[in-house]
Amino acid sequence: MTALEPIAEDLWTDEPEPRLIAGQLPSGEIVFPMPVGDAAKDVTPYPLPRKGTLWSWTSQEFRPKTPYEGPGEGPQDFEPYLLGYVEIPGKVIVETRIVDATLDDLSLGMPMEFCIVPFNDRHSTFAFRPDKNS
Amino acid sequence: MRDVYIIGAGIHPFGRTDSRSGREQGVYAVREALADAGLDWPDIECAYGGSAAAGSADVMVNELGLTSLPFVNVANGCATGGSALASAQMAIASEAYDLALATGFDKHPRGAFNADPKSYGLPEWYGQTGMMLTTQFFALKIQRYMQLHGISRLTLGRVAEKAFRNGSLADHAWRRSPIDIETIMNAPMINDPLTKYMFCSPAEGGVALILASEKKMRELGADGVKIASVAVRTRPPDSFEVFQAGISVKEGGKPTVLASKAAFEQAGIGPEDIDVAQLQDTESGAEIMHMAENGFCKDGEQEQWLAEGRTEINGKLPVNTDGGCLACGEPIGASGLRQVYENVVQLRGRGGERQVPNNPKTAYSHVYGAPGLSGVAILQR
Repeated sequence: MTALEPIAEDLWTDEPEPRLIAGQLPSGEIVFPMPVGDAAKDVTPYPLPRKGTLWSWTSQEFRPKTPYEGPGEGPQDFEPYLLGYVEIPGKVIVETRIVDATLDDLSLGMPMEFCIVPFNDRHSTFAFRPDKNS
Repeated sequence: MRDVYIIGAGIHPFGRTDSRSGREQGVYAVREALADAGLDWPDIECAYGGSAAAGSADVMVNELGLTSLPFVNVANGCATGGSALASAQMAIASEAYDLALATGFDKHPRGAFNADPKSYGLPEWYGQTGMMLTTQFFALKIQRYMQLHGISRLTLGRVAEKAFRNGSLADHAWRRSPIDIETIMNAPMINDPLTKYMFCSPAEGGVALILASEKKMRELGADGVKIASVAVRTRPPDSFEVFQAGISVKEGGKPTVLASKAAFEQAGIGPEDIDVAQLQDTESGAEIMHMAENGFCKDGEQEQWLAEGRTEINGKLPVNTDGGCLACGEPIGASGLRQVYENVVQLRGRGGERQVPNNPKTAYSHVYGAPGLSGVAILQR
């Protein structure tokens, strides 16, 4: 199996336990994603802790229009997915896919952990899953 | 600043009209508004209007007449109509003009809106991975709100049930058949907790309002409704809006709360003085949250309000008397002005089967648009 390319460069760190890269403003405030171009002036890349808590969630039950590039081509082979916001305490709240869970598993404030998952046959992307170790 | 009145209101039925372009539906509405005010097109001194997907509003002059009037195109997402109204109001309040037009129309392709990440200054991956949809934002916002404030799924259903019941009484509405609560609750899920019937759909339609100074209104002997206040506000720091890959851990302000406060202050009245309200109901959850964000109830009280029918046409505060976006659909450019149109109808006592009882004297409209702005208008009789 060939390694999947990350969906974007510099979105997470290249280390055994990757971390999502946010940005730290001169004020100390953390923003996600790390800004690019002129907006990145005076912003320092800031790898986020891998643990957080569930802030909100929903399911995506229909196939989004472009620019969505998920697995499958048409509505027939579209697989609904979960997504939500995960709060990295004291840092920032990040929108993310949610994996290894069903809607019934999810509750406000539950512990979540960061992971990298296959997205389609070319790319990997980031997600959070319920943190079973907490 | 002097008082401004709405002396003419026109609408093209919302929904799908294959035989007319979006602009033609707007022109139809302008002609209705002119007839309502007893005016001819050359009387209009300035115009503000917009559409998100059906071309520039100022092209309307090709059909209405080349009178050389100043016609400004407005583009403020779902708040385009509210912003056009604010501009027209200012043109008269400032004494620059005596007669102004505010108009909006639209015609969208079927299916959910989709957005281009780049035009919002967002990275491509945000759209590629399927996280950039307005319907998701609404679901994520109400999901958290329900957990924090004890709102049940049944209450979401009750909002939609009321919308279709009210829509069945409005001749400009798209969905004209009541839908029972079981059908709404058991419909296919779109984004949990919102089912198919809890979302509005992109649609078509046009609205036009003619605004006048008090002097002009008296001169014409027109049936005017006073604009007590109008306010538009964009998002403050640390707010939670549509299309945000990251949000602040600090709880920030809300554009609706800011616009609402400004409108009440300017009008010199409070939420308890409002007799009828049109609140942005892009989906059921939005109507619920906007009841609190506009100051009509506290967070969580909506559960009881809906159970007791307080927002029904004959309730304490009728909300979305023409079925709102849920029953009328959402032509982006026209939507905010439909709310004001409905309030004009209600204050003039011309609501027919959906008329709010006891001669309502004050009416409130609120529209919210991407990427995070709100427009509020308070009308008085």
